[in-house]
Amino acid sequence: MLRQIEGSRAVAETVALCRPEVVCAYPISPQTHIIEAIGVMVASGALAPCEFINVESEFAAMSVSIGASAAGARAYTATASQGLLFMIEAVYNAAGLGLPIVMTLANRAIGAPINIWNDHSDAMAVRDAGWIQLFAETNQEAADLHVLAFRLAEELSLPVMVCMDGFILTHAVERVDLPDQAQVDAYLPPYEPRQVLEPDDPVSIGAMVGPEAFEEVRYLAHLRQLDALERIPALATAFEEAFGRPSGGLVSPYRTEDADIVIVALGSVLGTIKDAVDARRDAGDRVGVLGITAFRPFPNDAVREALSGARSVVVVEKAFSIGFGGVLSTDVAMASHDTGCTLRTIVCGLGGRPITSRSLEQAFAAAALDELDSLTFLDLDHEIVERERTRMTTTRRSGPSAENILRDLGTVASRID
Amino acid sequence: MTTQPIHFYQVGSFAVGNRLLDDDGRTVQSDPNRTNSLDSGHRACQGCGEALGARYAIDAAMRASQGRLVAVNATGCLEVFSTPYPETSWRIPWLHSLFGNAPAVATGVAAALKVKGKSDVRVVAQAGDGGTVDIGFGCLSGMFERNDDVLFICYDNEAYMNTGVQRSGATPPAARTATTEAIGSEAGNAFGQGKDLPRIAMAHDIPYVATATVADLHDLEDKVERAMQVHGARYLHILVPCPLGWGSASSDTIRVARLAKETGLFPVFEAVDGKVTGVSPIRHRTPVEEYLSIQGRYAHLFGEHPRTDIIARIQAMADRNITTYGLLAEEPADIDPKGVDV
Repeated sequence: MLRQIEGSRAVAETVALCRPEVVCAYPISPQTHIIEAIGVMVASGALAPCEFINVESEFAAMSVSIGASAAGARAYTATASQGLLFMIEAVYNAAGLGLPIVMTLANRAIGAPINIWNDHSDAMAVRDAGWIQLFAETNQEAADLHVLAFRLAEELSLPVMVCMDGFILTHAVERVDLPDQAQVDAYLPPYEPRQVLEPDDPVSIGAMVGPEAFEEVRYLAHLRQLDALERIPALATAFEEAFGRPSGGLVSPYRTEDADIVIVALGSVLGTIKDAVDARRDAGDRVGVLGITAFRPFPNDAVREALSGARSVVVVEKAFSIGFGGVLSTDVAMASHDTGCTLRTIVCGLGGRPITSRSLEQAFAAAALDELDSLTFLDLDHEIVERERTRMTTTRRSGPSAENILRDLGTVASRID
Repeated sequence: MTTQPIHFYQVGSFAVGNRLLDDDGRTVQSDPNRTNSLDSGHRACQGCGEALGARYAIDAAMRASQGRLVAVNATGCLEVFSTPYPETSWRIPWLHSLFGNAPAVATGVAAALKVKGKSDVRVVAQAGDGGTVDIGFGCLSGMFERNDDVLFICYDNEAYMNTGVQRSGATPPAARTATTEAIGSEAGNAFGQGKDLPRIAMAHDIPYVATATVADLHDLEDKVERAMQVHGARYLHILVPCPLGWGSASSDTIRVARLAKETGLFPVFEAVDGKVTGVSPIRHRTPVEEYLSIQGRYAHLFGEHPRTDIIARIQAMADRNITTYGLLAEEPADIDPKGVDV
């Protein structure tokens, strides 16, 4: 059913259709609207049977989910940013135990300085935790990916994280086609755990494994992620057949057929990138876009194939590895190492910095002329940076940089155009 | 399935099994048909108080739940010595996740059982003192505050034994650990620190809080039984001597535990709805020297230059407990009806 609806609400209603049995809630912006809405549905009886538990931390939220999943219940929670870092030990644990928990990550920057706005630093911080990480481009996809996520998680006994850009998607009200209960029930069978805490058949779960078997256990986890590379496209096809619209998949190419420059990115910025690419196409550049939906497992083959005809690849990232450069870029470089393309990285949108189509167009135009730096920080205010560098050089007790820069800037909002 | 015969023996008036009692008065441990939840073959040290406490408590919980029990375990000695894959000593469904999250994991298990309609299956969570009073404290307080249907058992051996005897928030004053060495004028752990978790638990107004030691099997089993009769968050704090960490003889585990109670250093009591409802009186009041002097962790208080000043401070702690909880049968308890008044 078509609805004009907030992204968080669309996700909450879709998750409810997936019949989660235990939902943990701990507030952190920008995911709070999701768990608030689920809480209302549980309290009203619209979502039943379901235990909605207000916990005391994100660490507890993931831990309760672990216990619930190990006892055979379908478990869901949502978090963001610092919350994800606070639960990170349990995030790894859930994957190691092979528990098919589904979690929404409303992508947000990580402090310090504290910042509630969107980037992808949080998702990148748990890149290696063993979770499947799917990135939504739109609110429609964010909602749909949750249905796919539960089925994928339970088929493979792996946890799945659905990443949606904080505020940009979570708080955006737009048209979403929400499925009905019968459709979801037909697509998503009841949870049948691979291992369960059951007095009639007692098992010990989570015991110690030494060097004699640990590598094999880890390798098996890798193989199951590789299995997901097969299952994600299959489940996306099944989704399209069941719901009548495409959603999910490993990658989503746009105008790449004859492109000699391909822009690679994750999440909602793909929309802006497509606008910029359309503009560059009109200007004569043969530019295309490759959206990565499955970041973990990383679809090496699909990426290589999509980039095989490209002379130049530009990875647009909302996160970076401090002291090195792009994170997604490293994966793209590995996937395309034998295609002969030149790879450049644009870091942008950190802490919610607006990513304008104008700035992207300029960068893509520079890329077409081979004039784009290998690592570009989009719209970085070099003058402000230099002023603070000078202050740090001349004054030992120069104080907190974040405060100094904000003093130099004056009113922040006046700079956004 | 291999079986191991269970041996019974009498130890004076503190008989382990009390086989001379009527059937109703006998312990779970004296029952040859008990579940043996923590089975033989595990890798605990000789004389391990925690292994004893866990077997006593979980067997009693198994009887109380008619065998319908799930256990969640924090990281620690109990986890490590009981389950080196592919071996496990647990005959019950058992889950280990992390060091600091056992209370929350147990909440999740309880929620799943509730939503699945398995109201007959009960949940226990267990941890050492580090996993309870330190790293697991946030999750434990949350579980208490929500009154989740979990019996949480702390096996308190008063330090981080699994990592090599480091100080925890439950380490007593003057005790030597690897991070409170017996060096300097104030050797060992500092005075005036540490958490009294049973009282913190009571402050959450949860339905049942109790302490016990491995020296009094009847009392321990009774408390597990009573804890299992109610729903909601329940807390059982069991003192379990650690021969390795305490520097006591492996054969002295029960004796040390009994002395902890008989000196007044470890008050044995129970509390219902946040109020103390009963204490186990001291049977033979004993000076703390008798307890301290048989433990290597207090060796620096004795010898050529005995620290009578520090021993006196420890005695004062015991005396205060005796007054606070009314541990001498003939003395009236100095207990506020609303809780413990100290």
